[in-house]
Amino acid sequence: MRSRSLRLKQKGHVMTAQPRRRVALFVSCIVDQIYPAVGLATAELLERQGVEVTVPRGLTCCGQMAFNAGFRDDAYAVAGRTIEVLRHQGDVVLPSGSCGAMIRHLYHELFHGTRHAAAAKELAARTYELTEYLVDVLGVSDVGARFSGTIAFHDACHGMRYMGLGRQARVLLEHVAGATIVPLPGSDECCGFGGLFAVKQHQISEAMLHRKLAHIDQCGCDVLVTGDTSCMTQIAGGLSRAKSRVRACHIAEVLANRVER
Amino acid sequence: MTTHTIAFFDRVESALHDDSLQTALGRATTRFIGNRASAVAAVNDFEALRDRARAIRAGALARLDELLARLADMIERRGGHVCWAEDGAAARQYIIDLTQQRGVHTIVKSKSMASEEIHLNEALEHAGLDVIETDLGEYIIQLAGETPSHIIAPAIHKTREQVRDLFVEHLGMTPTDDIPTMTRTARTALRQRFLQADMGISGVNFGVANEGAIVIVENEGNARLTTTAPRIHVAIMGIERICENLDDLGVLLQVLARSATGQRLSVYTSVISGPRRPHEPDGPDEFHLVLLDNRRSDIIGGGYAEALMCIRCGACLNACPVYQSIGGHAYGGVYSGPIGAILTPLLQPELPDVHKLPHASSLCGACEWACPVKIAIPDLLLRLRADAVKNGKYEPYEPLAMFGWRQAMTNPALYGMGGKLASLGTRMLGRDGRVGWLPPPLDQWTKQRDFPAFAPKTFTELWEERKRAGS
Repeated sequence: MRSRSLRLKQKGHVMTAQPRRRVALFVSCIVDQIYPAVGLATAELLERQGVEVTVPRGLTCCGQMAFNAGFRDDAYAVAGRTIEVLRHQGDVVLPSGSCGAMIRHLYHELFHGTRHAAAAKELAARTYELTEYLVDVLGVSDVGARFSGTIAFHDACHGMRYMGLGRQARVLLEHVAGATIVPLPGSDECCGFGGLFAVKQHQISEAMLHRKLAHIDQCGCDVLVTGDTSCMTQIAGGLSRAKSRVRACHIAEVLANRVER
Repeated sequence: MTTHTIAFFDRVESALHDDSLQTALGRATTRFIGNRASAVAAVNDFEALRDRARAIRAGALARLDELLARLADMIERRGGHVCWAEDGAAARQYIIDLTQQRGVHTIVKSKSMASEEIHLNEALEHAGLDVIETDLGEYIIQLAGETPSHIIAPAIHKTREQVRDLFVEHLGMTPTDDIPTMTRTARTALRQRFLQADMGISGVNFGVANEGAIVIVENEGNARLTTTAPRIHVAIMGIERICENLDDLGVLLQVLARSATGQRLSVYTSVISGPRRPHEPDGPDEFHLVLLDNRRSDIIGGGYAEALMCIRCGACLNACPVYQSIGGHAYGGVYSGPIGAILTPLLQPELPDVHKLPHASSLCGACEWACPVKIAIPDLLLRLRADAVKNGKYEPYEPLAMFGWRQAMTNPALYGMGGKLASLGTRMLGRDGRVGWLPPPLDQWTKQRDFPAFAPKTFTELWEERKRAGS
């Protein structure tokens, strides 16, 4: 079982009776290149809980893109390197359930019977998604966020099904002062991203996206929040093409007060 | 008009623009999902039941040869005949030979995916036999000259209006949208056929080794007539569809009915262990069980053995957002949906472009969560994709793209440079951080979606800056 430290809450910050926690932040390639603000928001959220955040040098990608495409040799090279970079880095936190699921669920398949097998298993055991780390490990439910408006939450498939996510994000969002959380119909239905699927099977991907957009429209939210920048890219791309007033955001941005109404 | 070839990517577009199909799919999958959800919720611990069902399937597959031998022995001892068919051709030949030896002219069939798998109807008709499907859905698509688009609801793609038109054309029904009238019309037409038929051909849901019996579940009663009214009954069973005893069967039937139609139990459950015995008044004079291998024994020892746990409930089809979007015919094989994207490449690897089928998935995992025996469908799809690449089957641009990606992702300097180029490019193409057009092949993204511009500074750069500033 994962240990929990004794916590004393003070102005939204946490003092622990145990030594300061330290995590390695792996923001993912998409966040690094496209959404750096999500990475900064993630670091800030962790630091506000008294966690020391380090970013290991040279981190790039979990390797999922090539793995999903069937190019396992390429995925192996990239993911094997990631395992090496994250060696001896303590707990690893990602603002992504998809990359997290790649490490926790699919590295086993990728590295089974290889020289990285033991290290992959060891890494999987200390890898967490952001909301999971905040709620399940640190025991936080209120991060001191404020937002005036309505929020709907989309469950990203990999995080929900292969990491057990969803509950944690809802707990955190319910504690956002001023925000009303509205249920998103079919919140557990895929948005149609699916990596290269979005390009290779673009017509099906678009049909799935349009169902998601209809549900978003139906629920009347101001902001559509999700825990993965991949879904966010798909949904935001559809929203902006449809000239919708709704914005898609990553949960870290909302929790770190980086989303203006 | 049987579909022997895969043309997945040609069919997708037309499926997405077929309004009747979209209406029918929307209605049916929503109803199936809702019914399944309530049936599952009514069980105290459905998760535990799924685990038991999975263990039962795994156990049976591990002792397949032994269980099949026991089943075959007992059936033969009761006067039944067993045909061990290595492939579809052997199964077809056995049945055609039988029709010739026994002077069979007309055949009634109840629903059987195994018979679809070996394209039996086509072969029987070619041999000059009169074959009628008696499951209502199968009957509808037979009249329409189509193939099943769903494992348990073969005519799921048809709206009631389309069925009306078919019945008016083929059965001389007075036009009406009243469903009871339509089913009555079909029933009247079919009842004649049951009484005339020389042979009944059925599928098998499960073989039960210790009982030497096969089990067929259905809701219409047509399978019961098919297996009892004609003088010869031929049952076709995929060799993997076996369990050891009635306790195991009980668990499998519970998860099957709940996952398939949301019923606690199917309306009719028939247990058949051989031909009519001397003291029995009804039943066929002859019983033949065709045990169909058709590559299954090749699959069993390898990385895809789990796919053989499938009990053909169709829950993964209903749950799949891809299936919901395009229906079953677009998959171009006998089995559609997520499990079809696995079974078709395994059972019919010779089909052109079949290696593309495992890409018909966003890997969302809804299938695995709906599966009553917890088949790790996305993991198997990923394995099939990897195998295809190993065999040199991929898009022409992919190796170079993957090579470039790999170089960039394993070399921080290249990664930084590539990122800068992407940032420059997307910011030039975009406005306010949104890109409305990307060059091919990425224009597939921007047809209906904007793409975000890459950031001017990466997280890594901003983090370094922040560290230097000592915040």
